[in-house]
Amino acid sequence: MMLHRRHLLAAGATALMVSPLGARMAFAAAPTERRFVFLIQRGAADGLGIVAPVGDPAYAGARGDLAADFATAPRLDGMFALHPAMANTLGLYQARQALFVHAVASPYRDRSHFDGQNVLETGGASAYQLKDGWMNRLLRQLPAQDKAIALAAAVPMALRGSVEVASYAPSSLPEASDDLLARVTAMYEGDQQLHPLWQEAMATRMLTGDLGSDGGRRAADTGRLAAKLLSAPGGARIAMIETGGWDTHSGQRGRLGGQLKGLDAMVAALKAGLGPHWDNTLVVVATEFGRTVKANGTGGTDHGTGSVAMLLGGAVQGGRVQADWPGLGDAALYEGRDLKPTTALDVLIASAVSRHFGLAPAGTAKALFPAMTAVAGMEGLVRG
Amino acid sequence: MAGMSIALNRFGLGARPDDSLGDEPRAWLAQQLERYVVAPPPMAGQPASGTLVAQFAAYRAQISQLRKTAGPSAPPPSIPSRPAAAMAPPVPQPPIVQTGDGPAEALRKQFAQQSRALYNGAVTARALAALQSPAPFAERLVHFWANHFAVSGDKMEVTNLAGAFEFEAIRPHVMGSFRDMLFAVERHPAMLLFLDQAVSVGPNSPLAVRAANRPNVRRNLGLNENLAREILELHTLGVRTGYSQADVTEFARAMTGWTVAGFGRGPVAKFTGASGRPGDFVFADALHEPGTRTILGQPWPQAGEAQAAAVLDHLATHPATARHIATKLARHFAGDDPPPKLVARLEANFRKTGGDLPSLYRTLIASPECWAPGTVKFKSPWEWSISAMRALGTRQLQPNAMPGLMNQLGQPVWKPGSPAGWDDVTGAWAGPDAVLRRVEAAERMAQRTRDQIDPRARAAAMFPEALSPATTQAIARAESNSQGVALLLVAPEFLRR
Repeated sequence: MMLHRRHLLAAGATALMVSPLGARMAFAAAPTERRFVFLIQRGAADGLGIVAPVGDPAYAGARGDLAADFATAPRLDGMFALHPAMANTLGLYQARQALFVHAVASPYRDRSHFDGQNVLETGGASAYQLKDGWMNRLLRQLPAQDKAIALAAAVPMALRGSVEVASYAPSSLPEASDDLLARVTAMYEGDQQLHPLWQEAMATRMLTGDLGSDGGRRAADTGRLAAKLLSAPGGARIAMIETGGWDTHSGQRGRLGGQLKGLDAMVAALKAGLGPHWDNTLVVVATEFGRTVKANGTGGTDHGTGSVAMLLGGAVQGGRVQADWPGLGDAALYEGRDLKPTTALDVLIASAVSRHFGLAPAGTAKALFPAMTAVAGMEGLVRG
Repeated sequence: MAGMSIALNRFGLGARPDDSLGDEPRAWLAQQLERYVVAPPPMAGQPASGTLVAQFAAYRAQISQLRKTAGPSAPPPSIPSRPAAAMAPPVPQPPIVQTGDGPAEALRKQFAQQSRALYNGAVTARALAALQSPAPFAERLVHFWANHFAVSGDKMEVTNLAGAFEFEAIRPHVMGSFRDMLFAVERHPAMLLFLDQAVSVGPNSPLAVRAANRPNVRRNLGLNENLAREILELHTLGVRTGYSQADVTEFARAMTGWTVAGFGRGPVAKFTGASGRPGDFVFADALHEPGTRTILGQPWPQAGEAQAAAVLDHLATHPATARHIATKLARHFAGDDPPPKLVARLEANFRKTGGDLPSLYRTLIASPECWAPGTVKFKSPWEWSISAMRALGTRQLQPNAMPGLMNQLGQPVWKPGSPAGWDDVTGAWAGPDAVLRRVEAAERMAQRTRDQIDPRARAAAMFPEALSPATTQAIARAESNSQGVALLLVAPEFLRR
């Protein structure tokens, strides 16, 4: 009963912040069964080292040592091979539940991590142009019961905005006593910022049970935790998972291999934990920009432009690599150094998400990425 | 008067029960600029970066020697006392515990354990300085600058050095000039290693030319533009201030040769290990890209080390740098959206004095925008933890206490994960889970006070004439002194400043 009451309180507060009219409609609408996870790779993941264009004649020469991991890597088609650390993801690809879209980029064209992530998360045309995140604006398109959660100690930019969003990360602190929690609830009652935050913290705490004690540091634990939060009746339907460590300026082979192994384990745990819900799940994996085509002098790569995005999940029409491939020859590179982006990441996300949730494509695109210039969306990404 | 509450909490690190402040908040703050101590007692015994670099290099040499000489099936040899080439003091070596691992694995574990102890010791020293200092405003400024020039200890080479970086490159210059701090930072081994400058080689440098003639010898020799970019983007001018990718690359070329003695491997080591003590900044001519560079639209014809130094000098007093620093300081003391008038005043002061830091601090103290009533910032986990411990009168810490708490609260010290440091805005810290964790930590801290603190009196002393009725009431109705203390530590006015 307690849980139920808190949910109503939280949903009411949320809807009120959007608009009084929205609140009434929201309670009438049925919550969706669809799940959506946005997994951000912070630090500029090297798309060419994840889904490698081994069939491109310039690839081996440009990559040098970095190409070695792909000598025996599984081929995805005549052009591309998948990094051998991603065995579970390969299984998804073979089951047509993984779609790789290559040579993608957000509208951002400089090479600052922080500005690039801001553009990727706000959905603006340039950094700091928008003050809220595209995932928060997506929530406004959905019934108010559909809540979102961030697997992080604080809410990342993509989820910040007028709709209150919960964040959760396993804590090794002993849990506070219920009496203190109740008194804190009363103390925060009149505080406009702390009151809604605290309501969410209390609601989430009830959903996650004893997960706080299992550490949850490792990638698979995070995947399991996300699955649990997304599976709970009345729980979140949208989640964002933050991953870091992709900024491989040096020693890339070992570091990227480790990163991809972790990512692969996280996705596998998410799929296992979601069980039957996996069929209704879309996971988008994306990074702020790619890395240089040529290896640098320290066994790594520097900040670049185009990269790869992944669509994973039972809802995905997968089993292929989609790319308007620009080529890696010197003349084909962006500014003579980077993979030239030929697919807009914002179009990709808007198309996949709108189809996934059965939203009107044009209106969703405008709400999520107001500056988007592309006229046509992309078809065939997600099962309707 | 609420002014004293602002001086204590927004400028300082929170009240301590034994603080004696006088009744003039601005004078109390200004005096702290004189009272600041570069190396207060908790810093005593902290190892210098030279020692730490030497230990790391010796460890690495031992590992590679072990892997070379002992195959996986060979009997575990004793650890070589010290490699012949190293001028370093040996790694302190407790007896190796036989774990069934190979000797290299055992050595690795032992080094990791030692690294954790060093890191914990440095974090504790930093926290004790903040807890004990009679100049908490000045200590806050140390934390501000260490975050502005962030290194991140989650890179292995940097783990042990991050504390020494703050003690050696930041603390001595907090009451000096921006230019001197900038030079100390960019020449410190922690920064040179963190942003890969130490191994950046000019494509036409003597070393690269020689290697090109012997193509089988060495492949990983080349330019790395990481530090050059972050100096422009984060340390000086700020992002989107007009510099281009070409400026970054040219500046990276100018900086080649700036490296660390006693650290490199392979051919780079030959040119960096020969001069200077391990860990010292060294300029290695053999790594330097010869020729005049063009950066920010002007030619830089200087030779050798002087070339990048001239660029840094230019950047240190550049108008964009003045604006960047002014904005960050204003955001830290006047709110997430810094008032334009305050930014302009700080910027003008920076440009007038060429970056004299105490003048900037005095401008902050004198600016009405920094004294806006109420609260203007949501505390970071570090700020919250230090202020909570100060409120409880904590003066000593168990070695693991502070590192553990900061991990749990989501802000591990010196590990922001990126050279941009931690975000200094509310959105970065005010999450539901983050607040819940503070409540859990507060209850634990409060339980250790064993009902010995009267929370009503302590609250009044912490927030002179600035306590809300809701907080007053919650504390007054608590079922025990300890519970009242826990409520004080997570009260809305305590989470903010």
